[in-house]
Parts: sequence; C-alpha cells; structure tokens
Amino acid sequence: MNSNRKAFLAVALAVGLARSAYAADATLLNVSYDPTRELYSEYNAAFARYWQGKTGKTVEIQQSHGGSGKQARAVIDGLEADVLTLALAYDVDEVGKSGLFAADWQKKLPNNSAPYTSTIVFLVRKGNPKGIKDWNDLVKPGTSVVTPNPKTSGGARWNYLAAWGYALRQPGGNEQKARAFVTALFKNVPVLDSGARGSTNTFVQRGIGDVLLAWENEAYLSVNELGPDKVEIVTPSVSILAEPPVAVVDKVVDKKGTRAVAQAYLEYLYSPEGQEIAARHYYRPRLAAVAQKYAGRFGKAPLFTIDEVFGGWAKAQKAHFDDGGVFDQIYQPSK
Amino acid sequence: MKRRVLTEPKPVRVALILVSLAFLAVSLVLPLALVFVEAFSKGAAAYAAAIREPMALSALRLTLLTAAIAVPANLVFGLAASWAIAKFDFWGKNALITLIDLPFAVSPVISGMIFILLFGRLGTFGPFLQGHDIKIVFAIPGIVLATVFVTFPFVARELIPVMQASGSEEEEAARVLGASGWQLFWRVTLPNVKWGLLYGVILCNARAMGEFGAVSVVSGHIRGKTNTLPLHVEILYNEYQFQAAFAAASLLAFLALVTLLAKSFIEWQTGRRASAGSVENEA
Amino acid sequence: MSSVVLKRHSVLPGFGLTVGYTLLYLSLIVLLPLSTLAFKSSSLGFDAFWTTVSSARVVASYKLTFGASLAAATINAFFGLIVAWVLARYTFPGRRLVDAIVDLPFALPTAVAGIALTTLYSENGWLGAPLARMGVKVAFTPLGITLALTFIGLPFVVRTLQPVIDELDPELEEAAASLGASRAQTLFRVVLPALLPAWLTGFALAFARCLGEYGSVVFIAGNMPMRTEITPLLIITKLEQYDYPGATAIAVVMLVASFVLLLGINLLQSWSGRRLAA
Repeated sequence: MNSNRKAFLAVALAVGLARSAYAADATLLNVSYDPTRELYSEYNAAFARYWQGKTGKTVEIQQSHGGSGKQARAVIDGLEADVLTLALAYDVDEVGKSGLFAADWQKKLPNNSAPYTSTIVFLVRKGNPKGIKDWNDLVKPGTSVVTPNPKTSGGARWNYLAAWGYALRQPGGNEQKARAFVTALFKNVPVLDSGARGSTNTFVQRGIGDVLLAWENEAYLSVNELGPDKVEIVTPSVSILAEPPVAVVDKVVDKKGTRAVAQAYLEYLYSPEGQEIAARHYYRPRLAAVAQKYAGRFGKAPLFTIDEVFGGWAKAQKAHFDDGGVFDQIYQPSK
Repeated sequence: MKRRVLTEPKPVRVALILVSLAFLAVSLVLPLALVFVEAFSKGAAAYAAAIREPMALSALRLTLLTAAIAVPANLVFGLAASWAIAKFDFWGKNALITLIDLPFAVSPVISGMIFILLFGRLGTFGPFLQGHDIKIVFAIPGIVLATVFVTFPFVARELIPVMQASGSEEEEAARVLGASGWQLFWRVTLPNVKWGLLYGVILCNARAMGEFGAVSVVSGHIRGKTNTLPLHVEILYNEYQFQAAFAAASLLAFLALVTLLAKSFIEWQTGRRASAGSVENEA
Repeated sequence: MSSVVLKRHSVLPGFGLTVGYTLLYLSLIVLLPLSTLAFKSSSLGFDAFWTTVSSARVVASYKLTFGASLAAATINAFFGLIVAWVLARYTFPGRRLVDAIVDLPFALPTAVAGIALTTLYSENGWLGAPLARMGVKVAFTPLGITLALTFIGLPFVVRTLQPVIDELDPELEEAAASLGASRAQTLFRVVLPALLPAWLTGFALAFARCLGEYGSVVFIAGNMPMRTEITPLLIITKLEQYDYPGATAIAVVMLVASFVLLLGINLLQSWSGRRLAA
C-alpha cells in the first residue's frame, strides 16, 4: 500500500504543478465550434492585450472546439463555459433552456448577438472540371457532393437550409419542389462526416467528391492551408446568411465572478480590431468601415436569412432536423 | 523447447507462415508504418517541434497522470477480485466474472455517457456537486473515472487464470505453518503470480493511455487542460496539421511498442520459469 | 462466516475482505454508473422505448454493426487460427517479433488506428489507390468498417488459441498418427475439435469488442444513414440532439447484447475447463 500512497502523492503533486502554471488574474473558457480555431487563437491574444491595457489585469482565455451541438451538450452537462461562440442560434437556445441564461440572450448584444456572419459556398477541384456554377448543378446525376451530417454539424444545417431556400426561390418553387431538390442533392452525397472539419478532410485529403459545401470562411481557410493548386471556390447565385451567435453564460460568470471580463470579451468582437481579425479569417464583419476594407474578399451574391425563409431556428430545427423530420425522411427506405 | 516429431509437410508449413506474415503485415504493420512515415514527412525538425509544443506536452502530462491513477486503482481491485475468485468457491461466481468483464464489451461511447448521466449538471448527483462546487465531468476526475471504467477488467482478467492455475496448496501449507494472511500474500502468492500481474498491468496501462471514445465524451476538450494525447491527435487532425497529428500519434504508437516489448520480455521470462517449474513438477 | 454469500470452507483468509472490496468497487465503478442507463431510459416508457430502438434507421445500424462485427470476427477466426498455429508450432526467423506485434491493436489508441487506416485505405492511400483501380472501394463503405474492426479484434483469437495449442498433448496426435490417420485427418479430426472451445471463445471476444468499437470506425465509416452508420455513432448523434432517453435506450440494447455475449463466453470457458479437466 505504501507504493500506492506514493503514487497518489505524486499525482497530487503533478496536479498542483499543473495548477500553478496558470497565474492570470482571470480565466475565461470560450466554448466554440470547429472552424473558429484560428480566428479565436488570434482574437484571444488581441483581447488579452486590450484588457491588460484597459484594466491592468491579465486574462487567460482557454478554448474548447468541437461540433456545435456536441459543444452545447457539454455546456448543458456542466462544462463551465464563460462564453459560447457557436455555429447557430438553436444550439445557444438549447443551452439557455437548460437554465444557464435567459431566453432573450440574442437581444443582449448588437446584430442578434452575431458579431460576424458567413455564408455557404462551394469548394470544387482546381479548374472546376464538372463545371459547377450553382445549386442546380449539385443535383445532376454523377455529381458527388460532400457535406457533413446535418444531425451532428451546425454548418451542415446551414448547407441544407441554403439548398432548400434556393429551391424555394426558383420560379414556381414550393415546399414539394424544395423537398425533392434537397432529396436529390443528398442522393449525391457519398459520405456524411460528423463535423465540418471531417468533411473538408474527406474532400481535400481523401480526394472524395466533386464539390464540398462549406462555410465561406472554412472554404478560404482550406484553400490557403491545403493548397490553392488543388481546389477553388465557387459562389452560388444565392445563399443563406449564416449568423454564428455569441452569448455570456450568466450562471457560470456569476459563480466565477468573471462577468465583466466575459462581457468585455464578447463586446470587443464588435470593435474595429475585433472586426478586422474576423475579416482576416474570412468572417464577414458587421462594421461598415471594416466591411468596406475587405469588400473584395467576399462574394456579392444575395443572401437570405433563416427568419425570412424558415421562420427562425426553432421552426427549422423541428421541421427538418429533429428525429422523424424531413432530413430523416430523405433517408427512409422509399417503400 | 523439445523438437516435435509430428508436423505438417514443409510446403504447408511455409505456406501457412507466409499467409500469417502477409495477413499481419497488411493489417498491422502497414498502419503502424504509415503513422511513422507521415510523422516524419516534414523532417525530424518538424517532428521535434510538434512533440515539444506546449499543448502536446500538457496532453502527454494528462495522459500519464490518468494512467498513474487508473492503473494502481485497478491493480488493487484485480488482486482482491482474483484472490476471491481463484481461492474460494462461492455462489454466483460465474455471474461475478461476467460482471467484471462487462466494461470490456461496453461501447466506449456508453462508458463516457454514463458518467455524464451521473455527474453532469443535470445528472443524478449534479445538484449536489454544483452545490459543493465539485467538478467531476469535463475535468480531470471525470477523465480518470472513465479511464478506470474502460480499463477495469484488465488486471483481474489476467490474474484470475494465473491464480487458479497456481492452485492453493502452497498457501494452505503456509497457513498451516502459521503464516499470517499478509505474509502469505506477499511471500507466497505474489511471487507466483507476479508475471501475470505485470502483464495485466501493462495491458491496462496501454488501454488507459490510449482510450479515446469514453474520454472524448467526458473531456470538454479544453486545450491545455482536459485534452489527453489521443484527443490532441484528433484536434491536430481537425486543424489540418496532419504531420503534427501523426507526430503525436507516433508518440502513442511508440508507447504501444515499448509496452509490447516489455510484454514479450515478460513472456520470455515467464516461459523460462514455467518450463523450469514444469520440470520440477514432473520430477 | 457471517457472510451472506455461500462458500465452501477454506483455510485461507481474506475471503470477506476481498469479496467485499470486489463487490464494492465493482458496484461503484461499473454497476452504479451502468444502472443509470436503465433508470434514464425507463423515463421513456415501454412504447417510446420500443419505437426508438426499432426505428428503421436504428435497425439498419444494428444490421451494419452486427454484420460488420460478425464478418470481422470471422476473418479473425480464420486467420487467427493460422497465425496462432504458426506462432505456437513453427520456428522461423523473427517469430518473437511477430508474436509481440500481434498485441498492437490492444496497445495502439483507437483514434490513431482510425486515422491511419483511413489514410491507408482512402482512394489516394497506399492500399486504397490500387484497390480503387480494381474497382474496390474500401474507405467509407461497410468493407472499410469491417477492415477497421478486423484490426481491432485481431489479437483475441490468436491470444485465446495460443496457450491452448501450447498445452495440447502431443500424445493425442501421435496416437492418431500411429493408428494410421494422415496428418490432415489428425488435424481436422483430433486437433481442431480440441481447439474448438477456445476458438469459439476468441471469436466471441472479438465479436463483443467489435460491437462497441467507436474510435477507429468513425473515421473510416462514412456515417451515411441506413448504409454506413454504426450504432455507437447513433448514440452520439442522439446525445448531440439532447435526446438522452433515446441515446440511453439504444445503449441499453447494446449493453444487453454485450452482456449476453460475455455470459456465453464465460459459460463456454467453464464448459471447456470441465472438458479439459475430465
């Protein structure tokens, strides 16, 4: 038993050492979704500088990334996030519903609490061998489309809704036609990864598929990271305005006493510096001045919002993605 | 080892050896080789950089810490359980063995989930833990618990047959000669089963360091805090840092190889002892 | 003994202590956590439970998971027998090394295995590319899942068979040979039946392990509903939709399947133990 006690002492010591390595005045945990890794690693450093300049206090920001739904689930189950920066409002709603903050969180910050926006674009192989220009090219027989699973990936839900919205807005478009269109599209999908990053890897690294449906920022990032000689971006004629929202988790910040710094952390996203960083990482900024500066980066195609076409996230989720919803029906045996 | 007279014709032997080697080469050696080739695809400098990165180091620390708690815990349990099962006959023994095996067949996903259901904010003990500000899931205790769960059977499973095989005669003799319980355990039983014990510990340790599914559910993936090395591999992979991902993976593969070497050394030792023992018995 | 457990009298001490500790630790670490599954899924009520676990998509995932696990366990049973025989009976250069490497899947983290196998078998991988030219797709198909599970289950058959082959009494084979049986007859009529219980045990162990496997499979599976979606992934999917009762319901089904398999294995082992003793 003696050796056992020694082991426990060693463990206790190791934990102690691990603790003492962090000595910032405040620690924030930002629970975010997959594609924001690069954005927040730059933003966290910028914010820490700003905060120290303003208050003289140091702040250390810890990051956790994963699929949006998975991250929301972890926070609901007790992962002590000070701030959420997720892929879609529905996931933030779910966290709020579990009692961690009030349902009106979206009114607490400007622009529906979405400091930056994005949209859905296509990533195709270099030279666009299949000549993919718009959504209707995706349903052609023989075109292979890669998208993550809308059940597990926030980005994939935007993909799905963008396709649906496109079909709805075609001449003579209606619910039936949109449904047929989306069904045909998913018939062309050979792999449904569980997250956006998995799909990008499948498309770029594994060489599967003719076109990848991706976040605009993800598409640019993968062109930069994985090789402009391999893939290029196609902007469809119309797409959806994706608003990845942010929120302070009231229960956690009140318990930890980090409300002021957490609030400042999210508000600073709307500042010129925050907006610049977002734009550099191919998120569309809200601030007009910054938007103008980076206007050349982003496509000009019209974007529709989820509220216009689907009446908000709660409705869209229930009709399309809940168990037994339209997405499940697409995959039911046809009999 | 004595030469066997009876065997298959040489062509059959060669064919069987070749089939075995081919099967193992394709299904085991190739994936392993790929890990190392990809890890060094950008040269040794890039490899060293990936290994020395602070996040990788903190993940390695957490992985070692987890194993350092899980393995001794299951070691003590394994000794107690195998003593009870091998030395005594009692009602319900088979059911007990099956229950001990159970974590081994439970999907890692389920293994993680049950601790969320117990200790999560909305779980059975959630309100109590919240009230006392005790963090279990999404912190180190949760990772350790999930690891203890998935590695639960390893030591017991290796020890039970070894203890059964070594029989109770020596202990009974020692008992009659007046040895106390602890003396008997330290002086008689432990020397008899030590190689089996070590083998169990090594397998337990390997699994503890490599567990992914269960830990992924309870970790919360906080960089530098609750990421174990296998989770770090996944994160790097998702950051398009393939070479770094494979470098971290190669670290785990290297640990696996060391484990296997240690294990085969132990088997070699056991083999020598066992053959020596059997000669004694026959004499 | 004041213990409630019936036991045969023994002069050895420590029964109360060790059984007590075993039961306590088992209850705290395994039984209590697992019981929350039953508790949570019972909140569904029987009808909803049944609807969840028998919906078309879930049933398709059972078929895939059980089918691929069965296929992988069968492949392992076949090659595992050969490997175990070769390792136990033949000598050749590098035998020790080969023997050591059989345990690799035990020691290699499943996520590493998953990433390595996917890289290997994707259409631009070392093995995937030549296979793709022959028109065989591996990654993101049930075939890929089967291959990943083959990797995971490989050591079980070899490691359960090896000691049994080692302990096989050579006199049996000699007697068969002296009675005029050919080598093939000896192998199929004498050796194989003696190995059967261990062989089946190894098969069942590999099968049980494959059923729950997650880490190595998700990367290579493709995760298409109805086609390449394994049951553990469905549990995760349900979790991420905040559907705890649904997730636990499927988990209960998996758990029962594992328990039945393990019980079968242990009965098989005690049966073969009696046969060996006789």
